[in-house]
Amino acid sequence: MHVTVNGEKRTVAAATLDALLGELEYEGKHFVIALNYEVVPRAQWPSKTIGNGDEIEIVSVRQGG
Amino acid sequence: MVSFYGTEFSSRLLVGTALYPSPAIMQQAIRASGAEIVTVSLRREAAGGKAGDAFWSLIRELNVTVLPNTAGCRSVREAVTTAKLARELFQTNWVKLEVIADDETLQPDAIGLVEAAGILISDGFEVFPYCTEDLGVAQRLVDAGCRVVMPWAAPIGSARGITNRSALKLLRARLPDITLVVDAGLGAPSHAAQALELGYDAVLLNTAVARAADPVGMAKAFRLAVESGRIAHEAGLMDARDFASASSPVVGQPFWHAVS
Repeated sequence: MHVTVNGEKRTVAAATLDALLGELEYEGKHFVIALNYEVVPRAQWPSKTIGNGDEIEIVSVRQGG
Repeated sequence: MVSFYGTEFSSRLLVGTALYPSPAIMQQAIRASGAEIVTVSLRREAAGGKAGDAFWSLIRELNVTVLPNTAGCRSVREAVTTAKLARELFQTNWVKLEVIADDETLQPDAIGLVEAAGILISDGFEVFPYCTEDLGVAQRLVDAGCRVVMPWAAPIGSARGITNRSALKLLRARLPDITLVVDAGLGAPSHAAQALELGYDAVLLNTAVARAADPVGMAKAFRLAVESGRIAHEAGLMDARDFASASSPVVGQPFWHAVS
């Protein structure tokens, strides 16, 4: 399946957001996810399915003005 | 005290968390500034990355209120989604809303800003919009439900200070019940003092402190300038005049004699 994660096209096997994080080896705790411009609360990551062509943004806090 | 959406703060200086020489200096500068509200951004987290975790622990140590921004967003959709991501991440309804129209000047997109503000306010957000000094746009933001409006002094990071004083005065006069913050473009503590003297409720700045040779010293200078400007505003500044008005008494002037 082809998805775009943080602007980068990837081929992944994961079917859910939680599985995707595992497959991509995300380790930090303090981040949030938007799937096709919709925020997915952390509690829904295990059940939220991803599909071909989905755009996923995984973001965290940074310095800002 | 200054109120932002019903929460009272004693400091009228809001500071950004970017561009400091080191994390330790950022923390020291923020403490020296006396700021109780700091701005942060949201950025992509790489796989395996823990930059967010590390930065968040630095911010938490400061025990301040976090105001997440939508810096860099160029569309309503990006800004609205970024605000919602920030709400999820920080458990806050506050957002410093930026919708940018032009890359070189970082000029706000007034139309997109008003639209995004309306969408977010209907969704329960408390919006701090970064805008220009245009009264019509500010009024539209207030109509959309903004109780805080943040006009720029000059473009972000330009250090030019207040470039359109009369327009900022007009905004203050026309929006007496709105919390007004001068955000962006301040370079010197005197610029911040001018904003407070004009009756602005607060200022928000980042680069002027972070890029100073001594950010901690500059943070303190801004803190004192903001306090000074506010006290001056409360004390009531005199009006400017076109001609001299003697301060020493005229009566009893020695050597004076009537011209014959």
